[in-house]
Amino acid sequence: MQVVRLRVNGDERACGVPAHYTLLETLRYGLGLTGSKQGCDKGDCGACTVILDGRAVLSCLTLAREAEGRELRTVEGLAIGTEPHPVQDQFDLAGAAQCGFCTPGILCSSVALLERNPSPSREEVRAALAGNLCRCTGYEKIYDAVEAAARKMGQ
Amino acid sequence: MAVIRDMIPPFELYQPSGVEDAVRLVGEHGDQGWVLAGGLDTFDWLKDRIKRPAAVIDLGGVAELGGISETDDGGLEIGAMARLTAVAESGDVRSRFPLLAEAAGLVATPQIRNQGTLGGNIVQDTRCWYYRSGWPCYRAGGNVCYAGTSRSMNREHCILGASRCVAVNPSDTAPALVALDAEMTVANASGERTYAARDFFIGPEIDITRMTVLEPGDLLTRVRLPAPQPGARWYFEKIRDRKSWDFSLASVASVLHVDGDVVRDARIVVNGVAPYPVRSDAAEAVARGRAPDDETGQMAGEAAVQDARALRHNDYKIALMRNLVKRSVRDAA
Ligand SMILES: Cc1cc2nc3c(=O)[nH]c(=O)nc-3n(C[C@H](O)[C@H](O)[C@H](O)COP(=O)(O)OP(=O)(O)OC[C@H]3O[C@@H](n4cnc5c(N)ncnc54)[C@H](O)[C@@H]3O)c2cc1C
Ligand code: SF4
Ligand code: FES
Ligand code: FES
Repeated sequence: MQVVRLRVNGDERACGVPAHYTLLETLRYGLGLTGSKQGCDKGDCGACTVILDGRAVLSCLTLAREAEGRELRTVEGLAIGTEPHPVQDQFDLAGAAQCGFCTPGILCSSVALLERNPSPSREEVRAALAGNLCRCTGYEKIYDAVEAAARKMGQ
Repeated sequence: MAVIRDMIPPFELYQPSGVEDAVRLVGEHGDQGWVLAGGLDTFDWLKDRIKRPAAVIDLGGVAELGGISETDDGGLEIGAMARLTAVAESGDVRSRFPLLAEAAGLVATPQIRNQGTLGGNIVQDTRCWYYRSGWPCYRAGGNVCYAGTSRSMNREHCILGASRCVAVNPSDTAPALVALDAEMTVANASGERTYAARDFFIGPEIDITRMTVLEPGDLLTRVRLPAPQPGARWYFEKIRDRKSWDFSLASVASVLHVDGDVVRDARIVVNGVAPYPVRSDAAEAVARGRAPDDETGQMAGEAAVQDARALRHNDYKIALMRNLVKRSVRDAA
């Protein structure tokens, strides 16, 4: 066991986990942040996507220790105060989530995209979400929601 | 074969912050040590418990390995830990080595490019699924190849360069680096050595257990690209089973020097067809001295596949390679 110190969603958090724990295992089992999902655990599905220093990465293939000293955001930290993030709001309005298992990862990829590129084309949205599998929605409503959020945020 | 997709078994984790320390640690742990870059290939092996290193040396904190900088001779030096996104988005790479930017940008998914490194991408192991499922094949130190038999599933295996093992190199950036005449610098306890990209990747006839010259104790530190020749044309194409992300079935990277309407020099490299990126001397020889047109492309494609031999399920790769080489000569721009 060693103490891992993470700056998650603006909070300094510490917990004792073995050195071989992934960031995903540490978030879920060490810190109780179960929003990030464990799908394939191998890099294929994107359900574990979090935002590290502004970039979407896979927490299932990152050691917790590698995230120390960096700025980490998970789906739990996307809301702005008590208001949902505009992307979350538009997912709700567009019906972009069905079972919801992929949603936390897709929200993180979408937010990371919009922070770099506030008005992405449909093609850019697709490309940014290529690493996030959804088995329910067929993706179109997800792309609609991200585009609608971009428009709202630009207003 | 029981495959355990489970938590990673314990290991000692080392997080050096300088290259010297990293080289020392990698040397000390030898074949019990494992170099960790972006983790995408690494954790696949560790989670399945097929590779079980006692020590993991994480290069994530070695800042000096992450840079992209210009060299005195007008080339570019890219640290082994430069992330694929950084390579694909770098202004220097895009303007002077667009071939590499394109190849790096076609690797896997945005998340994987954000954390995957150039070094890890070229050192990554083959995706042969028998080997990756833990079957004790030649490459794993055993005495049989499960992929080369008449009943094997070998649609994604090689048509060239087989020697007991018929696996292919899966990297998208490797063929680009060979076509660009890159040099790889390798450090270990006894100093530094530099390899031409072409010699960095090795086939099973040299060592069936390795994909590159790297041995236990070696660290790839940087990749150097010589200054691009003005007016050089290039071409990169990656063929995969679907439009969204996937490993390639085959890819081609080429650089042509065209003078007037005549190819003066060409480097044509195909990956996904052999255990290493194949630089086709035969195709290059055909292209030299001729116009870069459809006819030359056709002849170069024929020359490239003259020694190719299909396994039971991969004869499509011969046609694929022929056409990729043709297009890379005809359509280089
Ligand atoms: C779902 C998925 C899809 C993928 N699709 C593609 C694709 O389409 N195209 C493609 O090219 N790749 C693809 N990859 C592979 C991925 O891009 C590479 O595995 C990744 O780039 C490896 O780099 P890494 O930085 O994660 O290295 P790691 O996984 O950490 O390391 C890879 C190997 O290289 C060794 N190593 C790394 N750096 C060094 C160094 N500096 N010195 C010595 N040894 C070193 C490690 O010990 C390990 O053996 C995919 C991977 C996944 C999981
Ligand atoms: S092709 Fe190579 S890696 Fe695959 S089973 Fe045969 S020896 Fe092993
Ligand atoms: S759980 Fe990480 S990519 Fe599937
Ligand atoms: S909503 Fe079910 S997987 Fe996407």
